[in-house]
Amino acid sequence: MSEQAHHTSHSPLPYLLTLIALLILTGVTVGAAYVDFGSSTVNLIIAMLIATLKASLVALIFMHLRHDKPINSIIFLSSLIFLGILLGFCMIDLDSRERVYPTGLRQVDVPAAAAPAAAPPAAAPAKH
Amino acid sequence: MWLFLATEILMFGGLFVGFGLMQGVYPEAWVAGHHHLDRVLGAVNTVFLLCSSFTMVMAVHYASTDQKSKTVLNLGLTLGFAFAFLVIKYFEYSHKFHDGLLPGRYFNLAAIGGPPQQAMFFGFYFAMTGIHGFHVLIGIILISWIMVRANRGDFSSAYYTPVDLIGLYWHLVDLIWIYLFPLLYLVS
Repeated sequence: MSEQAHHTSHSPLPYLLTLIALLILTGVTVGAAYVDFGSSTVNLIIAMLIATLKASLVALIFMHLRHDKPINSIIFLSSLIFLGILLGFCMIDLDSRERVYPTGLRQVDVPAAAAPAAAPPAAAPAKH
Repeated sequence: MWLFLATEILMFGGLFVGFGLMQGVYPEAWVAGHHHLDRVLGAVNTVFLLCSSFTMVMAVHYASTDQKSKTVLNLGLTLGFAFAFLVIKYFEYSHKFHDGLLPGRYFNLAAIGGPPQQAMFFGFYFAMTGIHGFHVLIGIILISWIMVRANRGDFSSAYYTPVDLIGLYWHLVDLIWIYLFPLLYLVS
């Protein structure tokens, strides 16, 4: 809880530059969504890289991690590492489960009960 | 404070992982579902939150340099952006209620057409943006509270920890939205 010792008496200009950078990156994200980079995976990776760049700017400058005690960065990064472990193992599971123990997860069709009475059974996948 | 922020990340993280996995299983439902979201409104909300983060950090800066009126002004601007965010969110939500995109038995597939797993997409959408919106609401209450205290002259360069910590909380709310926006609104 001793963040305040570190960032006194410096110019607020870096904050303004950070804001401008964040706004530009937001524009880039939206623009990139309209460009087809070959596959949806590539598009997703690009969007996530830009988001991570923005998140790093917020964490380092707005949240003062750059000038803060290292322990705070360690706490912050540890939560991201554990999140990565969760995501990683879930992905491995999703990828390999069908081979080990077939569940037919991808074939499951949600019953029409979700939309009572009026719903025609298994509506045709009409893309918008 | 950072430990609390770590728990927040892990709580939202569970939702992000679930969202990502189901996107991998039902990509066509995800693409169909995201067409019902308004990219322009999402982008405007992103801009509002980024600006509010900026005014928040300026408030912390002015609090740490004994400039009371500027602290109060910047906290007020932060509140303004936060309210603007929630107003847009309200219009987005009411539009979706009207379209029958609510989760569970209120989800009306017949009205929108497309893959039935869209119900899951909107389940994630409402859970993630709902919890995020709730955080914005809590942030508004907290910022109002320190605004009153700043106006009363409670803070100085010797003591401004509440402004600093609520600032950190507010930046985290912004940070989560930075990921929510491309994931929900910009699926391809």
